[in-house]
Amino acid sequence: MKYLDEYRDGGIAAKLVERIERAQTKPWVIMEVCGGQTHSIVKNGIDHLLPKGVELVHGPGCPVCVTPLEMIDKAHAIARKPDVIFCSFGDMLRVPGSDGDLFSIKSQGGDVRVVYSPLDCLKIAKTNPGKQVVFFAIGFETTAPANAMLAWQAREMGLKNLSLLVSHVLVPPAIEAVLSSPRNRVQGFLGPGHVCAVAGYEEYEPLAARFHVPIVVTGFEPLDILEGVLMTIEQLEQGRAEVENQYSRVLARGGNHPARERIMKVFEVGDRKWRGVGTIPHSGFQLRVEFRELDAERRFNVTAIDTMEPEVCIAGQILQGIRKPHDCPAFGSECTPQHPLGATMVSAEGACAAYYAYGRHLKDADLVTLGDGK
Amino acid sequence: MCLAIPGKVVEIFTNEGMHMARVQFGGVTREACLDYVPETRVGEYVLVHVGFAISRVDEEEARRTYEALAELDQLGELEIPEFEQSRNKDGV
Repeated sequence: MKYLDEYRDGGIAAKLVERIERAQTKPWVIMEVCGGQTHSIVKNGIDHLLPKGVELVHGPGCPVCVTPLEMIDKAHAIARKPDVIFCSFGDMLRVPGSDGDLFSIKSQGGDVRVVYSPLDCLKIAKTNPGKQVVFFAIGFETTAPANAMLAWQAREMGLKNLSLLVSHVLVPPAIEAVLSSPRNRVQGFLGPGHVCAVAGYEEYEPLAARFHVPIVVTGFEPLDILEGVLMTIEQLEQGRAEVENQYSRVLARGGNHPARERIMKVFEVGDRKWRGVGTIPHSGFQLRVEFRELDAERRFNVTAIDTMEPEVCIAGQILQGIRKPHDCPAFGSECTPQHPLGATMVSAEGACAAYYAYGRHLKDADLVTLGDGK
Repeated sequence: MCLAIPGKVVEIFTNEGMHMARVQFGGVTREACLDYVPETRVGEYVLVHVGFAISRVDEEEARRTYEALAELDQLGELEIPEFEQSRNKDGV
């Protein structure tokens, strides 16, 4: 497919790896911020292609993973109500709350629907005037324009039976939290390409300067990631700490202005809790006061719910690049995508789920057996 | 979750006051909202995320990036003819 296949060429990938080998003289730790990049890295074995001195650690950029358990429980409390049609992106259905997931609520008779786009909820609300339609509005900056448009259109159309359960998170405060941790190991970042396609990358420039770290805004195909790694290594080796744009075919420094404008008309920045990490100041969006009537938390009066994460789970440290899935005793045994214990196993883009999906939980002997087709 | 796919705009229309398009991804065609890239024309490529075009793919920039990478491949052939050997040696 155009603009995808060209960036998957094995021959060029091999040459980029060679360039990285030649550029790198010291060990470096680089974090890819976005879960989509983590998925691409593990799927394509990019981390195994890189020289030993270049370590990729996986960042907090998986919105499904970082949606706090309290918010999942609130979603479930709303979805269980008999007069509610609860709409969500498919990724959220399997995420376990304190008591089951959205799939189990659906199997018990709850009206839970997967939507392709938030705009699908407009049609559902119009055709079901006797029901309350609630959309689980999660995501990073990439998804904010779509969710903002849903709120905007609902108000324009005067839909009284539509509301949003908002759990929106922002990338720059998460990078700041990673860099501020006393246990931080990260020396450079692959910035999130699609987040920056919307929000631009001006906000990353003070972070690069303040913490003296290179941030290279990077795409998602194997050649994008390898070129992003090369650009980061070159900066690290030269002692530079700048924001560079590897993904120039898709984004410019200012991002998407009409999208940013609409987002800021609907949302405002507020503190947000991240699953496995805790509350990060100014790290999320909430509905502005003009749109509060669309806030599902208020409409359904779902109050704070006490939750507890399993003690064995180290998802918080994985999300901050401090540890990797293999460091967890439960990885691949007690904790699997079918029975996830924590944030990074619940979504396909979580580091633990990506490692599991591509056989990283298997021993070498198992891989040989699989390779032989026995 | 932040997955966004490039697709070709094949038709533009209006629905509920929104700028919409039919966008082709390989063999699949889906609707997408064009309100955030209103200058888009039929035949251009947009990056679509959850039913919204969030960016136009800059064809000229895409060509330049790819050619620079492809050139790296060709130059590499001249500079490092034994890449496969070095790769195997490292056990990768």
